[in-house]
Amino acid sequence: MIDTKNLTIEKAGEMLKSGELTSVELVTACLKNIEEKNKELNIFLEVFDDALEQAKHADEMVKSGGGQPLTGIPIAIKDNILITGRRVSSGSRILENYVATYDAFVIKKLKEAGAVLIGRTNMDEFAMGSSTENSAYGPSKNPLDPSRVTGGSSGGSVAAVASGMALGALGSDTGGSIRQPASFCGIVGMKPTYGAVSRSGLMAMSSSLDQIGPIGKTSLDAKIIFDCISGKDEMDSTSINLDLSTKEGHVIGVPRDFLKEGVDPEVLTNFEETIIKLKDQGYEIKDVIMPYLKYSLPVYYIIMPAEVSTNLSRLDGMRYGLRKEGENIFDTYKKSRSVGFGPETRRRIILGAYVLSHGYYDAYYNQAWKVRRTITKEYESIFTEVDFVVTPTVLTVAFKFGEKKDPLQMYLSDIFTVSANLAGLPSISIPSGFSSSQMPFGVEFTGPPHSDLSLFAIEKDLRDNN
Amino acid sequence: MDIKDIENLAELSKIDLSDVEKRVLLKDLDSILAYVRQIGEVKVADSEIEHKNKNIWRDDRVEPASFSYDLILKQFPDSQDNFLKVKKIL
Repeated sequence: MIDTKNLTIEKAGEMLKSGELTSVELVTACLKNIEEKNKELNIFLEVFDDALEQAKHADEMVKSGGGQPLTGIPIAIKDNILITGRRVSSGSRILENYVATYDAFVIKKLKEAGAVLIGRTNMDEFAMGSSTENSAYGPSKNPLDPSRVTGGSSGGSVAAVASGMALGALGSDTGGSIRQPASFCGIVGMKPTYGAVSRSGLMAMSSSLDQIGPIGKTSLDAKIIFDCISGKDEMDSTSINLDLSTKEGHVIGVPRDFLKEGVDPEVLTNFEETIIKLKDQGYEIKDVIMPYLKYSLPVYYIIMPAEVSTNLSRLDGMRYGLRKEGENIFDTYKKSRSVGFGPETRRRIILGAYVLSHGYYDAYYNQAWKVRRTITKEYESIFTEVDFVVTPTVLTVAFKFGEKKDPLQMYLSDIFTVSANLAGLPSISIPSGFSSSQMPFGVEFTGPPHSDLSLFAIEKDLRDNN
Repeated sequence: MDIKDIENLAELSKIDLSDVEKRVLLKDLDSILAYVRQIGEVKVADSEIEHKNKNIWRDDRVEPASFSYDLILKQFPDSQDNFLKVKKIL
C-alpha cells in the first residue's frame, strides 16, 4: 500500500518515471484515503468522478516520454478556482450549483502538465476566515487533531495534503489564507509575489491582495507546483514574469518589536530555536526595526472589506448563482444575497460599505492606502539591509473549534501574514517543530518582490540541521 | 454608529437583516472600527502618494474565446428563448 501521507511529489515523480509506480495506483491510494477519512474530516466538497480517467491519461503521457514533474500527481483544488464544467462554490450557498464556464489559468497549466485534479476542497466562504468555520458546508477538521481547526481560508487544500488525500494543492492567499493553515497542519504553504501567478479564474475576494499559491509537504514540492502555475497571462492585467536574477539570500531580519505582544510563549521559544538553527546553517541574523508593521492588520481590515463589498456586488441572483424571487427586482437582490451569504460575508460587505461611504472615506479607506504605501516603503528600505524578514507564521498553534467567538479575536490570527499581501511580497510558511500538545509550529519568511525561488531554498537548510 | 447606520448600510449593500442581526453587527462593527482607527495616528502627507501606472491594454482586435455558449446559458437562474429573464426594472 502506498503511504500517500509521507510520499512527496518529488519522490512520486521519480517512481512514476522509473515505472515503479503508476498514476492510477497513486490516485487509487488517495481516493481510498478520502473515502476512509473525508466523512469525519470534511476536507473535500467534491471528489471528481474522472480522477482515474485523468490518471490513465497521465500514465500514457509518462509512457510516451512526455512526462513532466507534475504528470500523474494528484492535486487538490480550492473551491474558488474555476475548472470548466465543474461546480465551484467558494464555500457559499449563493454559488452552490454554479458550474464554471472556463478554466482558470492555473488549471490550464496543471492540465497541460498532466496533473490529476482530484477534487475541490472546503474553504471559508469567499475565502473570508481563518478556520474554515465560515464555510456554508461545515468546517474541515485538522487531520492531526480533529478537535482543532485546520486554519483558513484554504483549510481544505492544506488538510488534503497533510492527510495524504492529495500530494499537493492549490490555495489562495489574501491575508494569510495559505500560510496560516499550512502552519496549523505542519506543511509548506507559499504566497507568491503579487502577479507571479495569474488570478484569471480565481473568484475575486480582494483583488489588490489575492494570489493563488502552492501547498506541499516540502518546499521542493511547493516549488514544483509553483514552477508549473506561474508566468505572465494576458487575461490578468496585473500578472508578470518573475525576474529570476535575484541572488539567494543569507541575511535574515527579525522585527523583534513586532513580536512582543500576543505571541504564545511556546511559539516564541520555538521561533528562537529556529533562529539558532538558521545561524548554525550560516545565515546572518540581524534585528530590524519596522515601526509601521503593526499597522498592517488594521490597514488590511479596511482595504480588504472595501474590495469585498465591491467584488461581491456582482452576486445579485441575476445572471448566475442562487436567485430568490421577491416582489420587485430590488427585493430579489436582497432576498438572494440574504439567503445566499453567511454571517461573516455579510459583516465584511457592510464594513466595506461603511469605510467607503461619504464622510468616512478619507479617514478610513484613503488613509489605509497611504499607510499601505508606507508599509511597502518600510519593506523596501529593510530589504536594502537584509534578504528576508522572519516571524512566526501565527501567534499560536491550531486552536480548538469554537475557541474564537469574537470576530476581531479571529482577525488577529492574521497579524504576521497580512503585511506580505499589502506590500505584494512573496512569503512562505515552513514547519518548525511541534508543541507540547503535539501540534505543529510554522515559521514565516518574507522576501522582496521576485525572490520567490530563494524562499523555496530555505527549508532545505533548516531540515539538514535536524 | 447606531442602528440607523446599520440599516442604511444594509440597504446600500442590498442585504436584509433581522433586528437581532442588526444589534450583533452594530457591536461587531463598533469593536472592529475602534481597532482599525489606530491608522489615524500615522502621519502621511498626501504628496507621498506615488503612482507607477502604465498602459496594460492589449491591441483592439478580436481574440478567439473558448467559452461554451450552452454552459453559460445553463447558469442563468431563469431564461426564456435563450435570453436571461429578470423582473422588470421600472
